[in-house]
Amino acid sequence: MKLKDTEELNVLKAQSLKLIETRRAKEAVDTKNAPGLVRHILVCGGPGCHSSGSPRIAEVLEEELDRAGLADQIKVFEPGCFGFCEKGPMIQIHPDNVTYCEVSPEDVSTIVQEHLLEGKQVERLLYMDPNTKERFAANIPFYNNQLRIALRNVGYIAPENILEYIAADGYQALAKVLFHMTPLEVIDTLKVSGLRGRGGAGFPTGVKWEFTRRSEADQRYIICNADEGDPGAFMDRSVLEGDPHSVLEAMLIAGAAIGSSQGYIYVRAEYPAAIHRLKIAIDQAREYGLLGKQILGSDFDFDIELKYGAGAFVCGEETALIHSIEGLRGEPTVKPPFPAQKGLWGKPTCVNNVETLANIPPIILKGAEWFAKIGTEKSKGTKVFALAGKVNNVGLVEVPMGTTLREIIFGIGGGIKRHKTFKAAQTGGPSGGCIPTKYLDSPIDYESLMAIGSMMGSGGLIVLDEDDCMVEIAKFFLEFTMDESCGRCTACRVGTKRLHEILQKITEGRGTLEDLENLEKLCNIIKDTALCGLGQSAPNPILSTLKYFRDEYVAHIVDKTCPAGVCKSLLKYEITDKCVGCGRCAKQCPTRAISGSPKKRHVIDQERCLKCGACMEQCRVDGAIIRH
Amino acid sequence: MDIHLTINDIPLTVPEGTTILEAARTINIDIPTLCHMKLHEMHYNNNIASCRVCVVEIEGRRNLASSCSTPVMEGMVVKTDSLRAIQARRAMVELLLSDHPKSCLTCAKNMDCDLRKLAAELGVRTIGYEGVESEFEIDQSSSSIVRDPNKCIRCRRCETMCNEVQTVGVYSAMGRGFETVIKTAFDLPLSQTACTFCGQCLAVCPTGALTEVDQVDKVWKALNDPNQFVVVQTAPAVRVALGEEFGMEPGEIVTGKMVASLRRLGFDRVFDTDFAADLTIMEEASELVHRIQHGGRLPLLTSCCPAWVKFFEHQFPDLLDIPSTCKSPHQMMGSLIKSYYAKTLGIDPKSITVVSVMPCVAKKYEAARPELGQSADTADVDIVITTRELARMIREASIHFDHLKDQEFDHPLGESTGAAIIFGTTGGVLEAALRTAYEMLTGEALEKVEFEALRGMNGIKEAVIPIAGKDYRIAVIHGLGNARTVLEKIRAGESDYDVIEIMACPGGCIGGGGQPYHHGNMEILKSRAAAIYREDRAKPLRKSHENLAIVALYKDYLGEPYGERAHQLLHTSYTARRKI
Amino acid sequence: MCNSDSPNEFAQKLDNFIDSLPNKKENLIAILHYAQEIYGWLPDNVQWHIAQKLDIPSAKVYGVVSFYSYFTMKPRGEHVVNVCMGTACFVRGAEKLKNELENQLKIKAGETTPDNLFTLETLRCVGACGLAPVMIVDGEVHGKMHEPQEINEVLAKYRPEG
Ligand SMILES: Cc1cc2nc3c(=O)[nH]c(=O)nc-3n(C[C@H](O)[C@H](O)[C@H](O)COP(=O)(O)O)c2cc1C
Ligand code: SF4
Ligand code: SF4
Ligand code: SF4
Ligand code: SF4
Ligand code: SF4
Ligand code: SF4
Ligand code: SF4
Ligand code: SF4
Ligand code: FES
Ligand code: FES
Ligand code: FES
Repeated sequence: MKLKDTEELNVLKAQSLKLIETRRAKEAVDTKNAPGLVRHILVCGGPGCHSSGSPRIAEVLEEELDRAGLADQIKVFEPGCFGFCEKGPMIQIHPDNVTYCEVSPEDVSTIVQEHLLEGKQVERLLYMDPNTKERFAANIPFYNNQLRIALRNVGYIAPENILEYIAADGYQALAKVLFHMTPLEVIDTLKVSGLRGRGGAGFPTGVKWEFTRRSEADQRYIICNADEGDPGAFMDRSVLEGDPHSVLEAMLIAGAAIGSSQGYIYVRAEYPAAIHRLKIAIDQAREYGLLGKQILGSDFDFDIELKYGAGAFVCGEETALIHSIEGLRGEPTVKPPFPAQKGLWGKPTCVNNVETLANIPPIILKGAEWFAKIGTEKSKGTKVFALAGKVNNVGLVEVPMGTTLREIIFGIGGGIKRHKTFKAAQTGGPSGGCIPTKYLDSPIDYESLMAIGSMMGSGGLIVLDEDDCMVEIAKFFLEFTMDESCGRCTACRVGTKRLHEILQKITEGRGTLEDLENLEKLCNIIKDTALCGLGQSAPNPILSTLKYFRDEYVAHIVDKTCPAGVCKSLLKYEITDKCVGCGRCAKQCPTRAISGSPKKRHVIDQERCLKCGACMEQCRVDGAIIRH
Repeated sequence: MDIHLTINDIPLTVPEGTTILEAARTINIDIPTLCHMKLHEMHYNNNIASCRVCVVEIEGRRNLASSCSTPVMEGMVVKTDSLRAIQARRAMVELLLSDHPKSCLTCAKNMDCDLRKLAAELGVRTIGYEGVESEFEIDQSSSSIVRDPNKCIRCRRCETMCNEVQTVGVYSAMGRGFETVIKTAFDLPLSQTACTFCGQCLAVCPTGALTEVDQVDKVWKALNDPNQFVVVQTAPAVRVALGEEFGMEPGEIVTGKMVASLRRLGFDRVFDTDFAADLTIMEEASELVHRIQHGGRLPLLTSCCPAWVKFFEHQFPDLLDIPSTCKSPHQMMGSLIKSYYAKTLGIDPKSITVVSVMPCVAKKYEAARPELGQSADTADVDIVITTRELARMIREASIHFDHLKDQEFDHPLGESTGAAIIFGTTGGVLEAALRTAYEMLTGEALEKVEFEALRGMNGIKEAVIPIAGKDYRIAVIHGLGNARTVLEKIRAGESDYDVIEIMACPGGCIGGGGQPYHHGNMEILKSRAAAIYREDRAKPLRKSHENLAIVALYKDYLGEPYGERAHQLLHTSYTARRKI
Repeated sequence: MCNSDSPNEFAQKLDNFIDSLPNKKENLIAILHYAQEIYGWLPDNVQWHIAQKLDIPSAKVYGVVSFYSYFTMKPRGEHVVNVCMGTACFVRGAEKLKNELENQLKIKAGETTPDNLFTLETLRCVGACGLAPVMIVDGEVHGKMHEPQEINEVLAKYRPEG
């Protein structure tokens, strides 16, 4: 059914509202007093929960509901990520507004029996605050201080049903743009809103649209950059899987504002679920006449095609991405000309990140001022972070710009795992840096992160603790950029290799203080000289760790020790006189490096020791095996 | 639109679209470059900005910018000589050298190497960054080109040349990161690819990663073998370029000194490939007349360029019946030396060594083609060396080239006309053929022998020439990319040409892969072409069929042009090959 | 992978796919994805064939294939085991997981077991960072892979009976 005008869209919305009505209730509803009400059970279908078995839970749930004769009164959905991946698989029951954590298929019958039939909450599956031991059915602290704009529909609507998106105000912004705004007004709205690119560089989106619109051409293109390459970031994936239509709608708006009739979504091949959802969304949008010719009865034509990446981080860089779409090696080229001037097939092209796009429909609907009120002076709105690493609550969080790292890591994130000590937060992925404790209270926005030697990047936020060696972390990122360098330019092709080699030397205890100087010098030259953003930012992880954790480098070089006990070549395992001679360690040693007679102190043959640490894990006697 | 900017505090105004590099050159600042190369007339522009040695500082920018690929902008303030830029440049060279064999002393490019020169100019004294070096196999599979990827600096000039100008597409960058290198499909040896051996990649390679197969020692060996009668022949384009190797101006004609030096080197006879060029005209013009008169297939394509021959064998195997069947001139010469001339001297062709001095690396490959010879073990031509290799032999023999007294080629295979010399540049073969075909078809003498329309550096030149009441549509093409364009039209039946001359190298043989390196200076090629036409004008005879030695050859030995014996000795056949 | 098809049927399928595309050359990457899906890898002759079909140099195709890590020029085993080496997994012990897999399978990352059952590879972030460290077998993610025993159990699921 093709929608012929806004009227038809509104009618459809009104009809569809009942689809999500159940979920809209903000307060818990006692179903006993609401006869005839259809309950919704949302089983998180996000990547984390999916991997830990949510599809099986949904399956069992359907079976159990059938068996209990509840199939008509209770519907099961699998929306996108709820955000609190740490506690997955998660389910939510509406309108009761109850969330269960770490649900297993075996728990399903209990939930059906106790919650759905008997009306009692399953206490043990509710979230428990690890400190206060308090249980929460709703209003879990993890969600406090979050503000969901980009993720507004993720985990809320069924992503494979366009009607649910329409019910949730979907395509209203498009209708507004097509019938009540001029392209310049749209661009102006974005400029005033202060929205900046969420893909990394933070370029003002409205300005980019304006540039693209100003370039004379018979065709212009919109590209959605869904190549999410930062290893450890998954917010774009969550939007694509949980709310694909918001991306399509924003691309349509961009098309109307810029004067383009063709869009491409460049999506990682490693995200099959996202691809699947996007395909469905595009088909549905075409079916409803929201893609194609004369959209909503206007004279605006626009279509979207999917293009697949093939495993190259550098293809996140705009010019490389464009070459990849053209069927070439994903090598960047010098800017200018910028894609906005000369992009895909030589035509003006606007490249926007998934999260950037997801912000756009609400900005159009609620107005630039609404958005501009959120955030800091120069960074408006919210930012989604993929919180991971040594933090208690791994997950996706969306917070207003200006929230401090402390609030995210220790508030929302619930602090460091296993009561270890926080050492640093890594933001910005391979282009970013490590932020030490002393900056935990600085508000996060584009500028402040830059000022302390890191970057917003795409929003990866990896928490590191006392057990992480900062030299090793720098080396990890260098290995990444070295592998992912497109190999085009000297600075990055050879430079990152040499940086990695120096770090290798240091972690193996062969480094000298002169190496440290060379490292720093080369870092600065590569930053200055590399052709594209990948090479220009590749040294950042080294420079920031050198800045804040120089003593760790020096310890590796001068004292030949790894303070965090990570760098194998620098470790030594020894058995002390606390040993009771139980022999457990000897059994576990892969190289049979441990010998000793029963009940006597054992010894480690250092020549044969691989430093795997297995012996230490096995030993039950405190202090019998030490590492230094 | 004009753009105003300052470079090193000097204000200047340049047209929009100019790069910083070009702008700086207008005020005599030559920013060093390595990967960049632009050859206007060839439509060759290697602008991949990969080496990063041309970086400069631009006020208000966070990073340095590569001047070769950054267009000027209004009000730009550029510093080309700041410490920051100079250090970065030097670091780039050091990084390149850190993954490069330090074997300049024995490297074939040595004195011609841009990397070595740059390292010297930038005062690189130590290589501050060391680490693993790439290890690639050296590809010596072909008779023409040696590929040593260990010396490759990933400038991609070869790739641009082969893909965009020649449209052969042998090379591409492979892999990524540190492992990235320029290679052939599936890492095949060059001999198993569709490479035409035109040598244009080698002509633009700034380092020793691509060089010709060195045959100098083979020549020395033959010269020192008392049982071998060693005959040398030199192609028309060699004499207008050889002088450059000895510090002379491009375009200086050194025919006499070249002959003298060859005698000094000990060759038993010094013949001129120009003689065979005249012979080629006789055969090709006859073939054309034959096709015209007997309703044969047109257009006729010239076949004197072995790279072009290999190109159509791979790329247009369905059109093998349209090129002329004439062998290339030096092969005709070899064939004659081992038959006619051997008989004249009364020696066994097996004890004759024919050496060709060519502007060309494809001819090394061509000489090794099995069908080109008297028999399975007697090739027409035994050894091919390039202009550069000859220069080296002369230096090795400690001959003061510039002081030599001019000498003349030996008789009879050293006689030639002006028609033959112009073979060395694009358009020359057809111009020469027209001079003869005209007279063959009309029976009248041609007064105006110069066909201006066929000259110059345009990639595809066309003309309509009326002969004996009929208009002949002719085209002259150089560069294989241009050839492809026209061939595709022929294949599609959209072309109505009667004759087409095709030369693989842009500019024709004066720009051959075996010539002294031009280092990106097109003026050198133009001077060589001008010299060729000067030499033509200076010749008393300017039409091939007026060459008395040729007339005698047909009379005494070959019989009719395009006749049976001529076919046996001077014509060949083609093989369909795979595109890879 | 459709193992029941003969190479000729593969070639036919590939040709049909290519013929169905409006703009062939620009779709090189989509074509390579498709070819790898049916062949399981991208042998030289398949790349050559694609080059001929699209009328582009084989070197270009090879250059593209060798650029993207998703494409492989080596046949893979029946099951592909991937270890996530993304940052979140790395700081939670991905290296150890990789070593353990290398131990258990007795191959290095990038190799295939002699019985052709498993190929071990690494990739970077599949978006399941909450479960770090993760391994992925034939596209299925297995999270929190700390213990050798657990790893062994996952692998066992993919081994033939007995
Ligand atoms: C090496 C490199 C990798 C990048 N990866 C991504 C990516 O994965 N996703 C993304 O949206 N932007 C990425 N970017 C940024 C894009 O080039 C581009 O700036 C962005 O997509 C523009 O959209 P935005 O203005 O909406 O942020 C990357 C940039 C570089 C230099
Ligand atoms: S900086 Fe690195 S990724 Fe960017 S062009 Fe240079 S080599 Fe390629
Ligand atoms: S660290 Fe590993 S190799 Fe060394 S003694 Fe302990 S168990 Fe054995
Ligand atoms: S496990 Fe501990 S106590 Fe037992 S032998 Fe080893 S070191 Fe001694
Ligand atoms: S290529 Fe140049 S730098 Fe390299 S060894 Fe040869 S002469 Fe020296
Ligand atoms: S330049 Fe230096 S290294 Fe080279 S030969 Fe002369 S002395 Fe030796
Ligand atoms: S010799 Fe000619 S055809 Fe062969 S690779 Fe070089 S440029 Fe290409
Ligand atoms: S082979 Fe020569 S021309 Fe080609 S990329 Fe390497 S250095 Fe440049
Ligand atoms: S144009 Fe001349 S130099 Fe070039 S390949 Fe052909 S014959 Fe050789
Ligand atoms: S995947 Fe379920 S909460 Fe994130
Ligand atoms: S000459 Fe400019 S980057 Fe190489
Ligand atoms: S880093 Fe491993 S799944 Fe994200």
